[in-house]
Amino acid sequence: MCRLFAITSEEPLSPMVAIEALDVMREGHDGSGVGLFLRNLGGPFEEMKDAPILSGIFTHEGIKRLDNYMMNLGFMTKYKISFKLPKTPAAGVPKRDVYLVRAYEYPSDWEGLDFKQLGEKLMMVRLELRNMGLEKQDMIVFSFWPDVIMIKEIGDPLTVGRYMHFDREDLRARIIMAQGRQNTNYAINLYACHPFFVEGFSTMTNGENTAFVPIREYLMSRGFPGYTGFQSDSEVFTHILHYTISKLGLPLEAYKHIVTPLQDDDLQRHPDALVLKQLKQSCRRLIIDGPNCVIGSLPDHTLFMLQDRKKLRPGVVGGRAGRYAFSSEICGLDAVIPDRDKSKDFQPMHLDTVMVGPDCQEVSICRQTDRLLHLH
Amino acid sequence: MPSDRPITPSTLSVKDLPWQILWDKEKCTLCGSCTAVCPVNAIELGVHRKRIVETALGIDKASSSVFKVYHGIRQKTDPAYACVGCAMCNMVCPNDAIIPIKSDEADKLIYHINRGGQPRSRGGRRNVPGGLLDRIKFIRISMLTDPALDAGRHEFEIRTLLGRVLSPEEGLKHMRENGWIPPVREIYPLVIGSMSFGALSPPMWEGLQMGVAYLNEELKMPVRMCTGEGGCPPRLLRSRFLQYVILQIASGYFGWDEIIHAIPEMKVDPCAVEIKYGQGAKPGDGGLLMWYKVNKLIAAIRGVPERISLPSPPTHQTQYSIEESVAKMIQSMYMAWGFRVPVYPKISGSSTSLAVLNNLTRNAFAAGLAIDGEDGGTGAAYNVSMNSMGHPIASSIRDCYLNLVALGKQNEIPLFAGGGIGKTGNLAANAAALIMLGASGVQIGKYIMQAGAGCLGSEGDRCNICNIGLCPKGITSQDPRLYRRLNAEDVAQRVVDVYLSFDTELKKIIAPLGRSTSLPVGMSDALGIDDFHIAEALKIKYVV
Repeated sequence: MCRLFAITSEEPLSPMVAIEALDVMREGHDGSGVGLFLRNLGGPFEEMKDAPILSGIFTHEGIKRLDNYMMNLGFMTKYKISFKLPKTPAAGVPKRDVYLVRAYEYPSDWEGLDFKQLGEKLMMVRLELRNMGLEKQDMIVFSFWPDVIMIKEIGDPLTVGRYMHFDREDLRARIIMAQGRQNTNYAINLYACHPFFVEGFSTMTNGENTAFVPIREYLMSRGFPGYTGFQSDSEVFTHILHYTISKLGLPLEAYKHIVTPLQDDDLQRHPDALVLKQLKQSCRRLIIDGPNCVIGSLPDHTLFMLQDRKKLRPGVVGGRAGRYAFSSEICGLDAVIPDRDKSKDFQPMHLDTVMVGPDCQEVSICRQTDRLLHLH
Repeated sequence: MPSDRPITPSTLSVKDLPWQILWDKEKCTLCGSCTAVCPVNAIELGVHRKRIVETALGIDKASSSVFKVYHGIRQKTDPAYACVGCAMCNMVCPNDAIIPIKSDEADKLIYHINRGGQPRSRGGRRNVPGGLLDRIKFIRISMLTDPALDAGRHEFEIRTLLGRVLSPEEGLKHMRENGWIPPVREIYPLVIGSMSFGALSPPMWEGLQMGVAYLNEELKMPVRMCTGEGGCPPRLLRSRFLQYVILQIASGYFGWDEIIHAIPEMKVDPCAVEIKYGQGAKPGDGGLLMWYKVNKLIAAIRGVPERISLPSPPTHQTQYSIEESVAKMIQSMYMAWGFRVPVYPKISGSSTSLAVLNNLTRNAFAAGLAIDGEDGGTGAAYNVSMNSMGHPIASSIRDCYLNLVALGKQNEIPLFAGGGIGKTGNLAANAAALIMLGASGVQIGKYIMQAGAGCLGSEGDRCNICNIGLCPKGITSQDPRLYRRLNAEDVAQRVVDVYLSFDTELKKIIAPLGRSTSLPVGMSDALGIDDFHIAEALKIKYVV
């Protein structure tokens, strides 16, 4: 089983905070990999919130191809983080040529596009780069989005963190999601590594998705190029989140109604029974069967956690105004926010979606039996 | 054999018949039950003459031989009276003195059951035992990361949808704009398929209906039953139990005058309307109710004269093509109930099934597609149609499902599979396999006759005389002397037993796969088979 840790804070934090929390929970992961998602960035990126940032791993050859490709599109490098690495990689970490985190200026002919159009184009660039990389095995691309950085690597989280100097000053974020990997199902492939990303939505998941194949078939047949990859059965959670909010225009509270709809009696008693029944029927192929604990981040800087309907994976939310953390285990929470009111720690159950909004002031809990305010 | 006995080309010996009656003179009480019960008069009282040699014990007496007579059974060898192997003689015999045995070699009867140029017709399934479905295994057992569920304790939602399901985008749009949302029924995925009132005897039909009503009202299992093409009893049409009924309309339109006239008096809507274009047992052929079974009651319900054979045309006479049936018939049937009742076609499995399906995907009304495979049963069909025509259900369903996946409409048009499900008794395993191949649910007919009423028919060509109204169990007969053998309450009880045990077995399959929240439609990663080419064709795992 993997271990997950996510934090949302008013003040930008170093990703080492999350890495250390993962290390506290090290009994629960085997150190086979780590994935990081950073959003609402601090440091130098604070000044360039709109600039799309490309995150990935490249060979020297890959970098040349990338530069060529991006230049042809008209992208100009605006800022980059250079990771200065020792000649020999840390134990268990493969040798890479370049870890890339690079902010770009948009091409001039993209001017005047609205955010939705920009987002679509950015996604297509990311997918194209990903395909180019798969072809020659010289690029791995995690995200290409404003105000978002993603880093994934094989190896023990703490070892990777120290090796890459995650504590550097220019790497700070207010929202951090981190996964410590337990390699059970798949050969180690960084594209199978959480968190996953599509058009500003990101999730990471603990557990196994038994309904993976019908869900994958359904997503792939939506005609949306971003629903691709599927190296991990958990990637569909990101896609379903994107589909729910971006394609169906539903609020986050509806996400749980898609993946784990209410059953007969509860559904009939629900104030939004008609809409929910329609959703349950029309999104039947997206129903999961767990066991899964999903933690995700929305473009509006909301961080959330939910569980499947009956099997449940460990997950707890706690903190204080200005800083809240979502963790697989309480020890992770204790390590990062010891000075909180522990009586207010909350472990979401089968009906709950736990959210901390962009203001980072409180934990709100939406029970699935509640009325969906945003629908009306 | 007397030397002057005429031998014609169709003169057969007992050895030439597919079934031979073994009779034990020592055990026989001469009660006559067997000859009375035999539905085809294959056996009769035999008065046998036999020479007995009486050897003298002393030299003063001469040995002699005498002719004595004994009574027993004689099996007829006339092809018209050949034993069908139903073994009712064995069932009624107080001493187990008689039993039919399957011949140990190919029978010669098959060459001769076409007297008067009439090819053989019969009921039952294609005479090929076993099948592919039994070979499919469920291989994706949840172990550590995802512990298996407890089939006995977890909550399960064993439900499926019948109806045109809108895409999520359209559904929300129609909700917002008060648009038409097609009717969708949440039903149990095991449907009692279309067996007509007429094909089945009154107690059988009534028993099924009672069982279905009990499952719905007492056990909260939304089980549905299709009428088949034979109309529907008037009182049922006007009762609340109609909501558990799928009305079938087929090319003969039998009984639809009655149904249409009852619409204003209906208390509830029927579950759905099934338009039959074909059935697996006799693809490309119409329904057939032979004159033997058309008595006064059946004639009245169907709106036809008594004692005439009722062959339905192979296709609906009002249409030229599937396009037209889609455009007109589905919409007309919707209109009859104010667009509140789902209407879907049923076709026989065929290499052209995909063409039908593609057509339905472009029709906003089609509420699903039922496909009936070659192993489906029937009350009456030509032997050649049953044995040689048709398409296996597994690949038909799989191809259709994957076609829907390619179109992105796998949730919009539910597929229902029929034909040979539970043929060897493995109902839950066969149903689960088809569901994971992509069916939203399955239809059964023959299975419920066997399990619910003790039908004796088999793919070893046992009995299979459903067509001539002589069913020895009273299941498919319209003769009160035969059907009073069957008690409707007993059938209802068996139907309930069958569904409850199916439910448990289905959970025993899907729980170890880690599934319970929704029916695992299309969960093909759970399936494996030990034949490479089948695995490739069905796009499932090859496992040895």
